[in-house]
Amino acid sequence: MKSDYSLDCMGLYCPMPIVKTAEKVKDLEVGEVLEIVADDKGIKQDMPAWCKATGHQFLGIEEADKEIKVYVKKTHK
Amino acid sequence: MAEKEKLTMAILSGDLERALAAFMLATTGASMGMQVNMFFTFWGLDIIKKNQGGIKSSGLMQKMLNMMNRGGSKRLKLSRFNMFGLGTWMMKKLMKKTNMPSIDEFIALANQMGVNIIACTTTCGVMGIAPELETFRSEVTTLAGAAYFLGEASESKVVLFI
Repeated sequence: MKSDYSLDCMGLYCPMPIVKTAEKVKDLEVGEVLEIVADDKGIKQDMPAWCKATGHQFLGIEEADKEIKVYVKKTHK
Repeated sequence: MAEKEKLTMAILSGDLERALAAFMLATTGASMGMQVNMFFTFWGLDIIKKNQGGIKSSGLMQKMLNMMNRGGSKRLKLSRFNMFGLGTWMMKKLMKKTNMPSIDEFIALANQMGVNIIACTTTCGVMGIAPELETFRSEVTTLAGAAYFLGEASESKVVLFI
């Protein structure tokens, strides 16, 4: 999936990928897509939940080996 | 988004693992756009006491209590497998190895994210701890009592007792 920014969260456990994503999304423009690369399996449930709470759009997950890539689109300021 | 949802926690325990869990939830809640209140009472006050210097206290029994139970984030212990500090030391090592923030880093992070850290003045009174902001680390923003907690709790979607 195409993205405008990538955030490296490899080796980080909950809640750090979420905390970092929330911080990073602030720098994005509305409509831009953030890719989060992580290896903590919790992110597969956590990121959709975070998107639901914040209103940003969850675009999907891509998994390869130990890397989990999650895509989030900023939908509002 | 509409008005911010609120998460309010009462933290009674000074156990390291409970303190960590509380701050994990607080920082996650703040990341999810929630307004977070952390209300520290009884042994929970140990988490937010200053690490340096003495604890000002009044009364003989309270002085004894604060001597035996100095508190401060650096002195928190695991509730199980402390093994005279060895277990806690190992847990801290493991946390570092897995890139987990330390309790001090969590407190600073929560503060940066605008988490409201409250010390309970009533328990300060009972335990003889001077109910002043100087007793606590700089991240503590508010001194308050039960009415404040209940006021915030009644407006909160999520209320936790830890």
